[in-house]
Amino acid sequence: MIVDIKDLRKTYKGGFDALKGVTLGIKEGEILALLGPNGAGKTTLISTICGITNPSSGSVTVGGHDVVKDYRAARSMIGLVPQEINLEPFNKVIDVVTYSRGLFGKKANPAKIEEILKQLSLWDKKDARVMMLSGGMKRRVLIAKALSHEPRVLFLDEPTAGVDVELRKDMWDIVAKLKEQGVTIILTTHYIEEAEAIADRVGVINGGELLLVEEKAALMQRLGQKTLQVDLQAPVDAVPESLTSYDLELAEDGHALRYHYDTTGESTGITRLLGDISAAGLQLKDLQTDQSSLEDIFVGLVKEDAA
Amino acid sequence: MNYTAVWAIYSSEMVRFFRTIAQSFISPVISTSLYFVVFGAAIGSRIDQVEGVSYGAFIVPGLIMLSVMTQALSNASFGIYFPKFIGTVYELLSAPISFFEIVLGFVGAAATKALFIGVVILVTASLFVDVPVTHPWAMVLFLVLTCVSFSLFGFIIGVWAGNFEQLQLIPLLVVTPLVFLGGSFYSISMLPPIWQKITLFNPVVYLISGFRWSFFGTADVPVGLSLLAIFGFTSLCMVIIWWIFKTGWRIRA
Repeated sequence: MIVDIKDLRKTYKGGFDALKGVTLGIKEGEILALLGPNGAGKTTLISTICGITNPSSGSVTVGGHDVVKDYRAARSMIGLVPQEINLEPFNKVIDVVTYSRGLFGKKANPAKIEEILKQLSLWDKKDARVMMLSGGMKRRVLIAKALSHEPRVLFLDEPTAGVDVELRKDMWDIVAKLKEQGVTIILTTHYIEEAEAIADRVGVINGGELLLVEEKAALMQRLGQKTLQVDLQAPVDAVPESLTSYDLELAEDGHALRYHYDTTGESTGITRLLGDISAAGLQLKDLQTDQSSLEDIFVGLVKEDAA
Repeated sequence: MNYTAVWAIYSSEMVRFFRTIAQSFISPVISTSLYFVVFGAAIGSRIDQVEGVSYGAFIVPGLIMLSVMTQALSNASFGIYFPKFIGTVYELLSAPISFFEIVLGFVGAAATKALFIGVVILVTASLFVDVPVTHPWAMVLFLVLTCVSFSLFGFIIGVWAGNFEQLQLIPLLVVTPLVFLGGSFYSISMLPPIWQKITLFNPVVYLISGFRWSFFGTADVPVGLSLLAIFGFTSLCMVIIWWIFKTGWRIRA
């Protein structure tokens, strides 16, 4: 585990419990997406690991170094891309990025800075003042700053919030390339498709608690579940005898039948079902299918948690 | 010690200074010249001498102190407040550096700028009047300590300030009056007796008096007291900064 979080708690001065005992291990080289609504504790979690806030209790180690006791060694390994675009507006791009490298105690290395700026398509903007850049470019500068000191663990706090579709795709490519270079990436997001697109594992956080951490593939399997709803011309009181083998559900006061099936299975049984429904003398009005998405699982978890 | 980081902070702060070098250089030159026109030529021509020194020369140490104090304060307070304001403070907090190194970078830069301006004023003043420096080493010591202590004080104000108004508040409401009433332009022996007593509660009196002694060899208060005052003030600021570092007050939640 390159990042090891044990029973991490954070209570702010006003008494607000932002983290209520989070335990999480992050494997070297993986991309972990932390999903959660606004105010779930995502940013507090990242801030506590990176040294921006002090933990109330619990511990975090990065590469085996405690982030409080051995902060120099721990923080040297971490790159942080904050959620807000926090940049010195009057400085040149290259100066802002070079400054970050110095701040992390790394010897000046113009070739490395050049490589990073080129990788992020910022090289031709290197002498531009930060305030002259577009929002998307500024976000790239934030990433360049975080990468300037060659971190082994990169935290991206909502990297694509308020970013247009094209830039979001670019951002995903950048993350994929960093993964190839062996960088461990933890990103927070409230876009579920983002987690689906790039993460190896997905964690769901809400109300300061980690509700679930699962391989994305396992989560996707749950996504294979679909529901077919058959709307009927005339309502029925009960599922007809001849259809009992289908495990149907009566819905909308008998105006509809619901059938659950698995798209990953060999056959879904839909053709046979529809044949049997008309054989049972029922008139079809409409058909609709519904796929449970990561979003449904997510919303379900968050609602369950609130209840 | 992460010297690379201290240097990164120091040099980036100095870059801001050098980017506006014309302003940084010209404004003290102009304001010093104005003071000489007003106090030296217009008013000073009607005042013979103060404690055996021509009035024009007499005001030079006070003038330098006035600028050095306000410059150190505003540079240091702005230096740390600006990253808080624009949010780049996250990087200082997440970098592998100690609070001491952060202070060293910011305060070092602010003190350097203040020192630079002090020297510019001294040079400008010596173009107008003959300024003897009786105790050059003491002069340098007082100047450097004032630059450092007021930069430390400015750093504290910058950490404390929640908005730009608060950033201006202490320099405008406290420091400027204290400096003006601290004998920048007069000897306290020129005050009515009661005010001579009251003015001794003004810490700036000790700094200006000691600094003036290093020029002319005469002082309002004993030089030992002046040294004690400047060391005391520096230590007080250091203790407060140490406390800020311990508690993370207004810096790290």
